[in-house]
Amino acid sequence: MATVLVYLDNPGASLHKTDRELLTLAGTLGEPSVALIGELDSAVAAELGAYGVQTVFQPSDSGLADLLVAGKAAFLAAAAEAANAGALLLGNTFEAKEIAARAGVRLESGVITDAVAIAPDFTVTKSVFAGSYTVNAVVTTGRPIITVKSNSIEVADPTEAGTPEVREIDVPAPTAAARITGRSEKTASGRPSLDEARIVVAGGRGVDGDFSPVEDLADALGGAVGASRAATDAGWIDHSAQIGQTGKTVSPQLYVSAGISGAIQQKAGMQTAKVIVAVNKDPDAPVFEIADFGVVGDLATVLPQATEEIRKRKG
Amino acid sequence: MAETESALKIAVLVKHVPDAQFDRHLSGDNNTTDRSESILSELDEYALEAALQLIEARGGEAAGHRVTAVTMGPAGAVNAVKKALQIGAHDGVHLSDEALAGSDASGTSKALAAVVRHLGDVDLVLTGMASTDGETSLVPAQLAEMLGLPQVTFASSLELQQEDGGWRLTARRESDHVAETVESALPAVVSVTDQINEPRYPNFKGIMAAKKKTITTLSLADIGLDASEVGLAGAWTRVNDAQPRPPRSQGVIITDEGDAGIRLVDFLAEQKLL
Ligand SMILES: Cc1cc2nc3c(=O)[nH]c(=O)nc-3n(C[C@H](O)[C@H](O)[C@H](O)COP(=O)(O)OP(=O)(O)OC[C@H]3O[C@@H](n4cnc5c(N)ncnc54)[C@H](O)[C@@H]3O)c2cc1C
Repeated sequence: MATVLVYLDNPGASLHKTDRELLTLAGTLGEPSVALIGELDSAVAAELGAYGVQTVFQPSDSGLADLLVAGKAAFLAAAAEAANAGALLLGNTFEAKEIAARAGVRLESGVITDAVAIAPDFTVTKSVFAGSYTVNAVVTTGRPIITVKSNSIEVADPTEAGTPEVREIDVPAPTAAARITGRSEKTASGRPSLDEARIVVAGGRGVDGDFSPVEDLADALGGAVGASRAATDAGWIDHSAQIGQTGKTVSPQLYVSAGISGAIQQKAGMQTAKVIVAVNKDPDAPVFEIADFGVVGDLATVLPQATEEIRKRKG
Repeated sequence: MAETESALKIAVLVKHVPDAQFDRHLSGDNNTTDRSESILSELDEYALEAALQLIEARGGEAAGHRVTAVTMGPAGAVNAVKKALQIGAHDGVHLSDEALAGSDASGTSKALAAVVRHLGDVDLVLTGMASTDGETSLVPAQLAEMLGLPQVTFASSLELQQEDGGWRLTARRESDHVAETVESALPAVVSVTDQINEPRYPNFKGIMAAKKKTITTLSLADIGLDASEVGLAGAWTRVNDAQPRPPRSQGVIITDEGDAGIRLVDFLAEQKLL
């Protein structure tokens, strides 16, 4: 069985859900190994062992974690060669895609992004044109490098016990790279991240400056908060909440669209959601064309009523 | 001290893409993108605007700075360059060859890297954050790797300073958890988001001026590439089959009569989403 190398970026003290999804997928395709940047926590090592990971590759120079994409890609390519990997799996964040892109050049290997499923022969299923086509694609040259959308894989319960072997790899620091010279952390909301959330409640221009009905409903549902570009441009919520063509693409179980018209660029980020619920004052809003359940009404009354009803039912 | 600054040469990569306002299609045996109804990718307008602002702040064309719009693709792709010239780019380059059809990200990057090398002494390669058709965002990173240049992607602001005879670039990037300041020497490959500026429209003067600007057409031979390295022949990936997604069936639409919030929750309960 081929080694399937999973790239993990700084998992910290425990694996993220997306990491577990990648490890589960790797286990169905071959023998999982891991290329890991950042410190390897002992709890993480144990969990990797439980997912059947044989080897964890790490860069010998810990400074690599702070480098932009060039250094991480060089490390991943070196790890792929050391592992003689049959395929490489990464998450689908912008940075992961770029690491995949550059490792692809180094390894002369094709890269496929946005995978939602991978068959045993590494045929990748993905959707294109904002969800209007589903395609099957394959890598024809080199080791398949595939970035996988979160929420595509049902996480398996890890079963095997075992401790992976750690192997350090020397990677020369890239000569031409940009440097991060300043960094400011944004305050965490305590809500699930948009990438991982099963439920997303999003608000648009219709919230008119007040996101609290959207946030309250998200909290009652245990979901994440998203927004249209009109709402982020107005400064009502951080830009990182934007869903759509130039924001995040989400495919949650449930997407609640509140006070959003449903422009093509917004649809591009959410129309692959399993269930779409829309609340909008305008019966002709384009979002109703794709809604499974639509309410023509004022979000300022409909959302709080729904939130209260959910709280009541959940006790 | 504009007079001591060296001339800047910026290449902006522009792509001719299917207009997302219409239904977009894959066509042919190889499921490649149908490019009728195509326009200049609107995300590339932000890169062009950024380039124009960078040079205008330093005396523009009169000070010797230059913005070149570069595209690759079949005959129609030249329209993306023409639009860029109307908006304000100074000249254009069109890499035109039937063999380019069906290029994937790696083939596209290979061809564009060869064009940039052919242009020579480019200080800055500017691109949009993604194409609006492939939407992979792979090309800027692959270009940087192939050209051996620093990459700064998803910049939401850009500044340039002259320093020790060279240029230094400072950019801001935003992600979920952090806002970063990134610095790089030039030359570099930089992609910009739609947060960076408000692109200008071509005006009448610009449209007339564009008619006098030069568009250089290059062939693969001109840039030293073989047809086997690009297009379907050189692609490292292949689309085996494509299915249009079945349209979403019309859902239930109700009008609020005072209990819509409760009926919404009933629906969620039915769908086992609570
Ligand atoms: C290059 C480019 C990229 C873009 N990328 C994105 C993107 O990633 N994501 C994105 O979302 N947009 C994007 N856009 C913008 C997009 O075209 C729309 O302008 C935007 O989505 C509109 O946001 P909206 O629906 O919130 O606002 P509007 O279109 O103004 O709609 C507001 C809606 O709220 C309803 N409403 C008002 N008050 C209430 C109320 N009290 N209760 C209920 N309903 C109410 C109105 O009926 C209306 O339908 C992009 C545009 C461009 C040009």
